[in-house]
Amino acid sequence: MTRPNKNQPVSLSDHFYPLPTNNWMSKNIDPWWGLFAAVAALVLFMVFFIPDPYAQIVIFIRDGIGTTVITTVLSFILMLFLGLIVALGRLSHSTVLRLMATIFTEIVRGIPLLVQLIFWYFAFPSIVQQIGIWLGISAFGNYLANPLGMAILGMTVCYSAYMSEIYRAGIQGIPKGQMEAALSLGMNRFQAMRYVILPQAIRLIMPPVGNEFISLLKDSSLVSVVAVTDMTRRGREFMSTHFIPVQTWTMIALLYLVMTLFAARIVAYIERKTQNER
Amino acid sequence: MEQPIIHIENIYKSFDEETHALRGVNLDVQRGEVVVIIGPSGSGKSTLLRCINRLEKYDHGTIVVDGIPLTEAENIHAVRREVGMVFQQFNLFPHLSVLDNIILAQRVVRHRPRKEAEETARALLEKVGISEKADVFPIQLSGGQQQRVAIARALAMNPKIMLFDEPTSALDPEMIQEVLDVMQALAKEGMTMVVVSHEIGFARAAADRAILMDGGQIIEEAAPDVLFENPTEERTKLFLSKVLH
Repeated sequence: MTRPNKNQPVSLSDHFYPLPTNNWMSKNIDPWWGLFAAVAALVLFMVFFIPDPYAQIVIFIRDGIGTTVITTVLSFILMLFLGLIVALGRLSHSTVLRLMATIFTEIVRGIPLLVQLIFWYFAFPSIVQQIGIWLGISAFGNYLANPLGMAILGMTVCYSAYMSEIYRAGIQGIPKGQMEAALSLGMNRFQAMRYVILPQAIRLIMPPVGNEFISLLKDSSLVSVVAVTDMTRRGREFMSTHFIPVQTWTMIALLYLVMTLFAARIVAYIERKTQNER
Repeated sequence: MEQPIIHIENIYKSFDEETHALRGVNLDVQRGEVVVIIGPSGSGKSTLLRCINRLEKYDHGTIVVDGIPLTEAENIHAVRREVGMVFQQFNLFPHLSVLDNIILAQRVVRHRPRKEAEETARALLEKVGISEKADVFPIQLSGGQQQRVAIARALAMNPKIMLFDEPTSALDPEMIQEVLDVMQALAKEGMTMVVVSHEIGFARAAADRAILMDGGQIIEEAAPDVLFENPTEERTKLFLSKVLH
């Protein structure tokens, strides 16, 4: 889609940015990037100028950083899909679908994430094994849980329940006339959703979705309890061998902070951009 | 006599126990006829219009559009493809350019190739007099321009019938005429139109028949000149005295 008047101010928010708008930097970099830069500089300073113990800590937990990122990104992508399905279920005209989706969100939102993660890793495989033994299916009977897979599953299920509420709010935030206009043109409800309602709703929910990503990143530290060697778990391993809790957890806290501050800036940027487009 | 393109028989509709929106409405619209419906707010005129393409369900009665009864789910889509609708609030799709607004349903519903859909869209924009605005977004248009795009969007589906639900009520006074001009041109081409509007001037110039509704019923129907000059019903006289200053 081409937008010939891209540089023309179209929303009120432009007036709150007094810097010249033809400058890429002023358009995309807000002052809070400074905080991110400061924390990132602090981490680099500690690693390069106080390598013992900070460089050691970072080297020790580096695979954990990767695991944290993978867990977060995969759960995020999957929960975006699952959340949409649940939201469409809740908005469905079918009573059965609506009831199922509502029960799902109510149950999932009522149980702490940590308990859910423990359930998926410890209880769920046991249930599968029992069923396998009863039915005599050896593939089920010998089932062993993959820690990372179960952790991602648990995060996805839990967050999709919250995400479905965000989708629902976004879809319901689109004026009724949009659906009516689409229907009056002969589209069915699915087509109207796909081409008219969702593209608008997704713009509307961009900011809360970004915030979900940030809390998902932070909550991913919980997977350390279910045998996933993420940043937090690697930190505990380092602490138990080197006995320097203050330095270890300062470094890990700073690393989380660098990631969340960075994500928050991206979210703010997307928010500003989508506002300008509306 | 030719079979009417819209046949409405004994329609009842209530939103709850107390509010009866429609109470036994009968109306036949002939092919190529332009019908204007007036009436006070809450009289059921918009509800009646929305029943014709089943944006509103009715409790009782029969509506047959171009030989298709509005009952089965698949019939509803068939009818909606033949019936264009223009809304008071325009309801353009704000995330799409003017051109894409007109192209979308052609692609999705009629499965026309992009090139053909675009040609149709450009021709229709020409017709409603805003071909230079093809690439802008709806928010950058005035109300009158938006409404003309909405008319073009509905026409792109080659409807046999056009429904107008108070198309000028949300417009600034100086923009009303540009929309009415487009509607009048459409009427001249022989489009079947049902218009809910208080634009008496338009009704006189373009309509074949004017209808006054109140309390969910048709109070009086006549040729526009007769209805506006010499109404027979007291209710019509009372309403017109308030509308025509």
